[in-house]
Amino acid sequence: MIGFISYLVNGISLGSVYAIIALGYTMVYGIAKMLNFAHGDVIMIGAFVVFSTVSGMGLPPVIGILISVVVCTVLGMLIERIAYKPLRHASKLAVLITAIGVSYFLQNVALLIYGANTKSFTSVVTMEPIRLADGALVISGETIVTVIACIIIMIGLSAFIKYSKSGRAMLAVSEDSGAAQLMGVNVNSTIALTFAIGSALAAIAGVLLCSSYPSLTPYTGSMPGIKAFVAAVFGGIGSIPGAFIGGILLGVIEILGRAYISSQLSDAIVFAVLIVVLLVKPTGILGKQIQEKV
Amino acid sequence: MSKKMKVRNLSKTTKSNLITYGMVIVAYIIVEIFLRAGMVSSLIEGLLVPLCVYVILAVSLNLTVGISGELSLGHAGFMCVGAFAGATFSKCLENVITFGILRFTLAIIVGTLCAALFGILVGIPVLRLKGDYLAIVTLAFGEIIKNVVNVIYLGRDSRGFHISIKDTISLGLEDDGEVIIKGAQGITGTPNDSTFLWGIILILITLFIVINLINSRTGRAIMSIRDNRIAAESIGISVTKYKLLAFSVSAALAGTAGVLYAHNLATLTALPKNFGYNMSITILVFVVLGGIGNIRGSVIAAVVLTLLPELLRALNDYRMLIYAVILIATMIFTSSPGGQAIQERIKLFFERRKTKEA
Repeated sequence: MIGFISYLVNGISLGSVYAIIALGYTMVYGIAKMLNFAHGDVIMIGAFVVFSTVSGMGLPPVIGILISVVVCTVLGMLIERIAYKPLRHASKLAVLITAIGVSYFLQNVALLIYGANTKSFTSVVTMEPIRLADGALVISGETIVTVIACIIIMIGLSAFIKYSKSGRAMLAVSEDSGAAQLMGVNVNSTIALTFAIGSALAAIAGVLLCSSYPSLTPYTGSMPGIKAFVAAVFGGIGSIPGAFIGGILLGVIEILGRAYISSQLSDAIVFAVLIVVLLVKPTGILGKQIQEKV
Repeated sequence: MSKKMKVRNLSKTTKSNLITYGMVIVAYIIVEIFLRAGMVSSLIEGLLVPLCVYVILAVSLNLTVGISGELSLGHAGFMCVGAFAGATFSKCLENVITFGILRFTLAIIVGTLCAALFGILVGIPVLRLKGDYLAIVTLAFGEIIKNVVNVIYLGRDSRGFHISIKDTISLGLEDDGEVIIKGAQGITGTPNDSTFLWGIILILITLFIVINLINSRTGRAIMSIRDNRIAAESIGISVTKYKLLAFSVSAALAGTAGVLYAHNLATLTALPKNFGYNMSITILVFVVLGGIGNIRGSVIAAVVLTLLPELLRALNDYRMLIYAVILIATMIFTSSPGGQAIQERIKLFFERRKTKEA
């Protein structure tokens, strides 16, 4: 029983990381309607910036994380400006291929700077683990920080979208960008803002991911990026609570699958669950049903 | 004279298709001459069969993405099925059929049929979805196939076949037994049957199948579904049937490519590099850069984009970076309003020149 709870806690911890990434993914998808394959690589860049500043230059972790968030925000906006903005009205496939190009680009920049060797990432969390049930159940500091960060981000983001002017502009653009523009919403700056927020979240997710799983290579980000997209689809893409639920569920399924069924098949189990969910509910758990009109 | 008339009477599409076949054959003859003359480096020589594999994959994916209009990110999964089915078949019958050509032909048929079967099995649920959802589910299926292949152990002894997902010991083989698929270590010692000539023949067969499919009644039905599903449905075209047909033919041809790929390697393993979603994406890049729905474009793009990183080898660490930049730049140039304006101007410039000369 303690074993199960311990796996569950690990699952929620991993799921929280997925949820943070998925929040960024779902916002970008909701507004730009594109599969941003480069999102996972922004996570990797975020983790590398913290690695350089904290392990390399010896700055305090908080400063390192702040620098990383700033770098990723700027990077996200630059990517949007240079690669995606010219293709705003191009076919979906053209944008997808561009995103893949950006993903290759970021991976290879990291490869040139840091090399292909795995770097061991020192955790930025210094909190003592909590021991429950006479030390049988240990909850690490990373887990606590990750889960709390995820909840704060989720609530903050929901409030931002619901109550702030730019948040509501985002909602309007994702609903109908043409109509939003007619109503005086600056679509371009709204999309840029979305990319900025998404990339900032990716930086935080990168730090938290590498604090729990401390190996860092230029390819670290791609699989979590894909999984986070799966989480976003799982919960219903475009929906913020959906991304949160999807992320947590995905993390729990992955860890439990790894523990009880097969460690090699854990990814396959995650993907199989996604397929089943989509077949039963084609727009995800919290997704809106869209009627097709002639 | 009469022959000339015949050529002139051919329709525009037929001519264009003949050019595609001719291009492949001419490429084969040129490469073969260079090979005989010993002017090809061993690096390029080793690339010839993979090149054929990529061409077949690109042409077959174009059937799904370009003709059927469904974004599939799981093409490498079907290639994986074909590769493992074909390699298993060849390994089992290595001592029974010693005639290489017959064995390889049968292996190709087996691999292709297995991939087609998976195409149908995957296609039935997947094709109910649309757009990005379909993309992510095909990606999911591809990853599942790769992961499952990595845990399969298959052995054979006098009592028949044994299968396990744990390890070789749990197969419970007799002393004379032989392990064929060793989980993550894959299949070793597949007969090395793939040659460049086989690759070219398979490319021509693939082209023949895809081009004839496109220019048939079936192909027009598939394209009508792509252009307007509801309109197609309302004139009595069975959407599910034709979508599934295109998807499974595409999967089957990916399986063919897989067999060719497997028989070119000493050890066949399912790695993220060769059968993961990255591979599917690489092939998608060929299709999009070659021109969606343009079969000849797929062939050219597959060849050029496979050779490009090799030609950039002199720049070693920077080559993939340059590849990425070229990819982004090409997409922006061909698809953005600014890029299209530049294209128009270039076109205008050349047209003016022509009229001046005239």
